[in-house]
Amino acid sequence: MMSIAAARALTGGQRCFVGIGLPSTAANLARRTHAPDLVLIYESGTLGSKPGRLPASIGDGVLAETADAVISVPEVFNYWLQPGRIDVGFLGAAQLDKFGNINTTVIGNDYANPKVRLPGAGGAPEIAASCHEVYVVVRQSKRSFVEQVDFITSFGHGRGKGDREKLGLRGAGPTLVITDLGVFRPDPETSELVLSQLHEGVEVEQVREATGWDLKVSPELSRTPAPTETELKTLRELKAAK
Amino acid sequence: MAEILSLRDAVAQLVHDGDTVALEGFTHLIPHAAGQEIIRQRRKDLTLVRMTPDIVYDQLIGAGCARKLIFSWGGNPGVGSLHRFRDAVQNSWPVPLEIEEHSHAGMANRYVAGASGLPFAVLRGYSGTDLPNHTDTIKQITCPFTGEQLAAVPALNPDVSIIHAQRADRAGNVQIWGLVGVQKEAVLAARRSLATVEEIVDELEPVPGGIVLPSWAVTAVAEAPRGAHPSYAQGYYDRDNEYYEYWDSIGRNRDSFQAWVDEKVFGMEAAK
Repeated sequence: MMSIAAARALTGGQRCFVGIGLPSTAANLARRTHAPDLVLIYESGTLGSKPGRLPASIGDGVLAETADAVISVPEVFNYWLQPGRIDVGFLGAAQLDKFGNINTTVIGNDYANPKVRLPGAGGAPEIAASCHEVYVVVRQSKRSFVEQVDFITSFGHGRGKGDREKLGLRGAGPTLVITDLGVFRPDPETSELVLSQLHEGVEVEQVREATGWDLKVSPELSRTPAPTETELKTLRELKAAK
Repeated sequence: MAEILSLRDAVAQLVHDGDTVALEGFTHLIPHAAGQEIIRQRRKDLTLVRMTPDIVYDQLIGAGCARKLIFSWGGNPGVGSLHRFRDAVQNSWPVPLEIEEHSHAGMANRYVAGASGLPFAVLRGYSGTDLPNHTDTIKQITCPFTGEQLAAVPALNPDVSIIHAQRADRAGNVQIWGLVGVQKEAVLAARRSLATVEEIVDELEPVPGGIVLPSWAVTAVAEAPRGAHPSYAQGYYDRDNEYYEYWDSIGRNRDSFQAWVDEKVFGMEAAK
């Protein structure tokens, strides 16, 4: 459900910076269903990839073979991402806090002696800073959905509204967070993430239990429409294709 | 002019204990054979540089070759964690590992500055993140024209950069195509460089989108067929995705890793 909900968030013609895993699954699903002209950009240096199967990594050969252009890594970041040519950045997170700040660096407050060492930043800090919008996909639990992240790898909304502007960040930051339980959007007044949509079979109480802060629920809370036959079939085909 | 050497001689001549060494290749063309040759020659106290320290650096770190790592993303792509890297950071095994951590944009720009002969690079990056609090090589700089606050990162100039490419000719010109990552910048930024190649040919046929590093810009070339395995060489072989999964079980504990090094790295020396 998470990949289907994430795919639906993408619309045709958008230029999307895609990370591996769930973001890549969602972007490829969107391109094969309702958004055939979605432009997929991978940090390995492929612009406009049209893979016939899910890539196994961000540098899978199929991405280069099916791209409009293959470019160097400095060019991806300097010419395409930094000036704001990309609409949506699609990011994952190990920890996400109530203002959409992302941690993929260390768990625990001691950087030098972390409880868990995570992979680190990759392209994410600048994706979060420079794409017009950021969508985050994350499996939700009290451990991943925290009041405040242990380390800010990628800046979301800081400690609230206006913090991005103070830093001179150009994009709008995380405008959408999609989990296995529902969908969250930043409150227009405070930028705090608010539950705005529940997936099928999920209740608010369950979401609250999987959230590490005092969760606010949108007065216009809606239900994620059930997956269509086409979505399910396309997703199965994508996952089966080698 | 690039010297054509065996991989063993190239590593022996170019990589010394205590050097700063970059092995680049962004998912594609990762110089695995060269990495394993460095382990085989028991180099130590290396400062390893790589945007994505994946399996090749898990092997070098686990074998105790590294003192420090300069990087922007350390994981087993598409699989999960690098267990030898984690063990070194969290438990100092087999030796303590100092880290200098960046983002991809920061690392890419550090190589660009290095290749350009400039002392630093400037980018719109790191704002609001905790990375500058822990990494001395990220500073704020004010644009002298607009007054805007930007990030500055120092040039990376490795003692030696190693890349893998598809082909070289007998004069040592090196040809690369497909995902070209940051390889050109890493070679041009380095004091010495080694390109391992799938094959050495009489003449380089032009390839659309391909790049050539002229012989005079590379220190040495060594033939290393399948030298990027388990990553891939476009036009030669595909990525061995199963190996990336397999590595998770090898790297997960110290004993299985040690057995792997003894058999697959040092064992191959006897076989030569």
